[in-house]
Parts: sequence; C-alpha cells; structure tokens
Amino acid sequence: MKDPVDVLIIGAGASGAAVAWSLAETKMHILCLEQGGWMNPAEYPSTGRDWEAKFYGEWSSSPNVRGRPEDYPINDDNSPIKVVNYNAVGGSTVMYTAHWPRLHPSDFKVKTLDGVADDWPIDYDALTPFFEENDRMMGTSGLSGDPLSPLTHPPMPQQPMGLSGAIIGKAMNELGWHWWPSDTTVATMDYEGRARCINLGHCTPACAQGAKSSTDITYWPHAIRAGVELRTHCRVREITTDENGMATGVVYYDRDGVEQFQPAHVVIIACNGVGTPRLLLNSRSDRFPNGLANSSGLVGKNLMFHPYAQIYGYVEQPTDSNRAPPTCLWSKEWYDTDLSRGFVRGFGVQFVRGAGPVFEAVVSEQKGILPWGEDHHRVFRKLNGHRLGFSAICEDLPEEHNCVTLDPVLKDSHGIPAPKINYTISENSRKMMDYALARGREFLETAGATDICVNSPIPWGGWHLLGTARMGTDPSRSVVNEWGRTHDVKNLFIVDGSIFVTSGGVNPTSTIQALALYIADQMKQRLANLFD
Amino acid sequence: MSEQMTLTPRQRDDLRTVAAMIVPASDEYKVPGADDPAIQADMLATLGRDTKLVAAALDHLARLAGEPLAGLDAARRDAVAQEFRKHGGAAAATLVRVVLQCYYRDDRVLRSLGLELRAPFPQGHILPDGDWSLLDPVKSRGGTLRRAP
Repeated sequence: MKDPVDVLIIGAGASGAAVAWSLAETKMHILCLEQGGWMNPAEYPSTGRDWEAKFYGEWSSSPNVRGRPEDYPINDDNSPIKVVNYNAVGGSTVMYTAHWPRLHPSDFKVKTLDGVADDWPIDYDALTPFFEENDRMMGTSGLSGDPLSPLTHPPMPQQPMGLSGAIIGKAMNELGWHWWPSDTTVATMDYEGRARCINLGHCTPACAQGAKSSTDITYWPHAIRAGVELRTHCRVREITTDENGMATGVVYYDRDGVEQFQPAHVVIIACNGVGTPRLLLNSRSDRFPNGLANSSGLVGKNLMFHPYAQIYGYVEQPTDSNRAPPTCLWSKEWYDTDLSRGFVRGFGVQFVRGAGPVFEAVVSEQKGILPWGEDHHRVFRKLNGHRLGFSAICEDLPEEHNCVTLDPVLKDSHGIPAPKINYTISENSRKMMDYALARGREFLETAGATDICVNSPIPWGGWHLLGTARMGTDPSRSVVNEWGRTHDVKNLFIVDGSIFVTSGGVNPTSTIQALALYIADQMKQRLANLFD
Repeated sequence: MSEQMTLTPRQRDDLRTVAAMIVPASDEYKVPGADDPAIQADMLATLGRDTKLVAAALDHLARLAGEPLAGLDAARRDAVAQEFRKHGGAAAATLVRVVLQCYYRDDRVLRSLGLELRAPFPQGHILPDGDWSLLDPVKSRGGTLRRAP
C-alpha cells in the first residue's frame, strides 16, 4: 500500500503542469501521474534530413497513426474531424502551433449576447491575472495593442514578418481587413533558459531549439524544483471512491504494466476533452453506475472541436515555405456575431506561411494540381515555396449529440476501453465555414494567388478538445462548478479543456492554462474548507 | 500469417516503374527520376510501417495491369495508372507519398530546387523582420472589442 498523497494530478500536459506549479507553494505532497515520458529534443524531427517524412509516421499528430506505446487509440470513424493530440510530459504543448490568442470577454456570455448555448459561470475578468501569469510562465511573444483582441502584454517582441507576412499584410490592407501579429509561445529572444527561435521551420511537432514553449521546459522544471513529484509512464485506469462518494485515489498501470493503487486526498483531472470523459466513464462503480461525476449525464457530451475551414493558394513571389514557424499573423475581422452573414458567432483566422517540399508534393498530388509525368517538375517548381494559407477557426457551439463515449470493443495496450467520438458539423458551423472560405478566396485572389485549394474541414484538425465536462452552477446542467470542483464528488477537480462551456473562435491553450491557474488559486483560497 | 515486411521482386519492379511514371527524369531540370537506383534504395530501406499498404497498392496495380507494368505499352500503362490513382484509396495514396517523400529528400533533387542539403537544426534560417509600417492602416482604423455584460 502506497502512502496517500495530498493532491494527485492526472496528466502532465498544458493544464496539469500549470496546476501542479501553482499548488506547489502550498507545500502539500503533490504527485502527477503521466502516461507518457520525458521528451528528448535531440530526437525531434528537425534534427534530421528526413524531418518531413516523420510527420507521416512516428511524429504524426494522430495518435492512431503514431501508435507509440504512450498513445491510446481513439475510434473517430463517426467524425469528419479526427482527434489529434500528444501524450508525454508536456502533453499536446509538445506538438502544437504555439498560436496564443485568448478567448474574448464576449465569449463568456454568448447566451446573453447572442441567445445561443450558455454563459460561463465566470467572466474574462476573473481570468485576467491568470492569463498574465501564464503568459510570463509560458513565455509569449507578440505586439501589444491589437484593437480587436483582449489586451495582452507579451514579454517578447513579435515574430519576424518574413516574406509571407508582408504579402499577407498588403493583401489584407488592400481589402481593409483587420490583421495583427499573433501572440505566440515562440521565444523571439532568450527567455528563462530557453533559446530564441532560429526558424527551424515547421515547429508544430516539437522544437529542437526549445524556443517553442511546452510545459516540459516551462512549468515542469519549476514545479519539480518546488517539490512536486512527477511519475511518468503511469496510465490511470480509474478513479476510486468510498462509501461517502469521495475520491480515494486511482488505479494505474506503472511502466512495467503492473497494476498499482495510489491513494489521494484530492484528485485533479487534466486529460483534456477526450481523455477526461474517458477516465470518468471508465470509473464506474455501484455508487456511480453511469461514470464518475456524471449525475447530469453530461460527461462526454457537448464535444466541441473548432472546425477549421482552410483555403490556400500559390503566389508568384517566394513565401517563407518551411523556413519559419507556421503561424505569425491572425485576423479577428469576423470574430463577433453579425447576423447578416447568415450565422451566429464567428471565427478567428490564423494565416499560414507555407509548407516544406515533401508536404507540398504529397498534398498537391492528392489535390490533383501536381501531375504525374513530364510536367511534374515544372509545376512543382511553381508551387514549392509559394504557398500562402488562410485558416478559419470556426466557433463550434455545444451540442449534446457530439460526444465522447467508450468504445465497446477498442481498448488500449493495458486493456482499458478506448474513447469513441460521435461528431457532426452543425448547420451554423457549415455556413460559417463557407463564409470564411469565401473571404479567404477574396484574400488569396487579392494577394495574386492561383491554384486555390480548400480543406473544409481540415480532416486531421481535431486539436481543440473542449466541452465534455462543462462548467456551471446548475448541477443538472454541468459537471463542475464555477471553480472546477465536480458537483458530485467534493474532492475531485477538472482543470482542462473539457470544462469549457463554449469554444470561442481561437486556439484554446492559453485559456485552458489560465483556467487551471484560476482553479488552483480558488483551491488555495479554500484549503480550510475545500470539501464543504 | 505473418505481416509482409519486404517487397517481392515483382512488387519492386512495379514500384520502380510506377515511380518513374510519377516523377520521370528530366534533362531540363537536371534531376533523376524516382526510379533512380539510389532513390529506390531509400524507399526500400525506409518503408517500415508503410510496407503493408505499399505492398497492397502494388498488388492492386498488378491486378489492374495483368502483367508487369513495364511490359505494357505507354497508353495502357497510363490507363492503368489513372485507374489505380482514382480508386486505389489509402494504399495508393501511401505508395505515392512514399515515392515523393524519398524523391524530395534526394541531394540531387534538393540541389536542383535550390534547397540546402541539411537538417533544419541547428543552423535554422534567417527571416526578414519586414516593414511593420504595414500595420499603420490597421492601427489607424482602430476598432472596439465587443463588450460583455
């Protein structure tokens, strides 16, 4: 029998790292269990000549393709958008674009403003100090003062504009549309032990330079120095409870595959929008026959992905291709509701600088614009190094039929039932995507692009896993309360993207981490009566 | 039955033929075709997890051709290739991707494209900072963030 810990955190990704670091100052015994291991930057794709080929195998963004021992399979056959993630210390911050917008203040009040979905039980102001703290910890770069985004104070200047940025900016100016340098977690100067970005290229699948922030190189070193224990290659099967309905700890498999029980006084789940409902649904018991913390029946429901509507083309001038981080500029021109567009809510845009030669060849051949035979070489030279892209991150509204359940057959390497995704793109989202594509086409044509291609949705674009254990004050309509504690189990907390009430139209990691810090702060303020 | 880990001689012959159909050699651009021995050797050496799908694609190709691909006349070969690409699904896509990912990392090909023969790390790339006065119109236009009640 292991000694009980005060706090047990499940998952060492974006939110698990932030909550561990924040709680460390309490000097409680904090343990984090992570199914993956520590990453080795010397093995990252950009260290090899075959860097692009790796994206199709061991460094695929899809856990189903990657199939590392640390990954678990996901049945996403019933979804046009496939789940992508990463399982390691750092979680999906190891493999992300580092694009760093925040939810807008209006995103927390969509029912009041637009009559759809639900308002959050907290507002933007409650998160403001934690956004700021998180930006310092993750190390952000950007340009303060965007008139159409919440005010931020990035500690580092924005990324260079590059060749692509200049073409994008000129076209957007010609159309009179908003654009701005993105806040990113790419270090543009040496920062807190991290070296500045040297433009290794497509850094989504991990940064060998350490310039792109991931929690294995930001939060975790601080948390561990402060006394947090991080146990890797430990996959949690279920959370156990006692006769009083309190969590007692977790059953997990250690790195040798041996079943272990770890008792804990407080359990915090940080497995994001697919892993968290999977764990809760796998934690069935006589007292909780429908899964843990599921008296509302909403665990796993209201899955929101952000359907991406992407359009790209080829300009005559050279673009940055693979010689820069993929994202550098955003637009909030269409972020807010304008019902004359035919849909409610809106979308953010992240512009894409270009692609590497292998990716360009493979994708263009699939799209039918790169021929086989004699003309292949001429066409490839016209395409390669000339791509420019426009990706709309469309706000997905919560719908209960979009959900994560347990697959009756599929299991992971430990025999734990795997998640199954059921998801359809709503009519509202479809209209939004079509509208975004039309604006993207205008943008590309203004930039002089030809050979325009569309990915709508981006099939392997399920990065943002939100809403499956939503936050709220009504226990019949939500899974956690306004400070992250589950309504049903008073020593069980959730701090990841699953507690989002609505999704906004931006990449969510900044907001996920601000929420995790906010919940940690709430816990610290209530330590004396945390379970009341 | 154990999973096929290498290609059969017939499959290798067809792979070479179809690779040359996808990317033929070019005197104009001074590049080899994807049937070049070094590029073919790279494909075979690095097939790894793609072996099963590539073998399936080549078997499909063989069924369509009815004989070694190289033995068909040009018109018939093109017809088979078109049919293969149109209806070959994930296996055909994998085969084409394997051909292209090995072709576009060959030194001679990269040189012809004006690309450096190196891994991105540790040298990286230089990016122009750009003229940020381009943002002036956006700044002067301003705007307001939608208010939350």
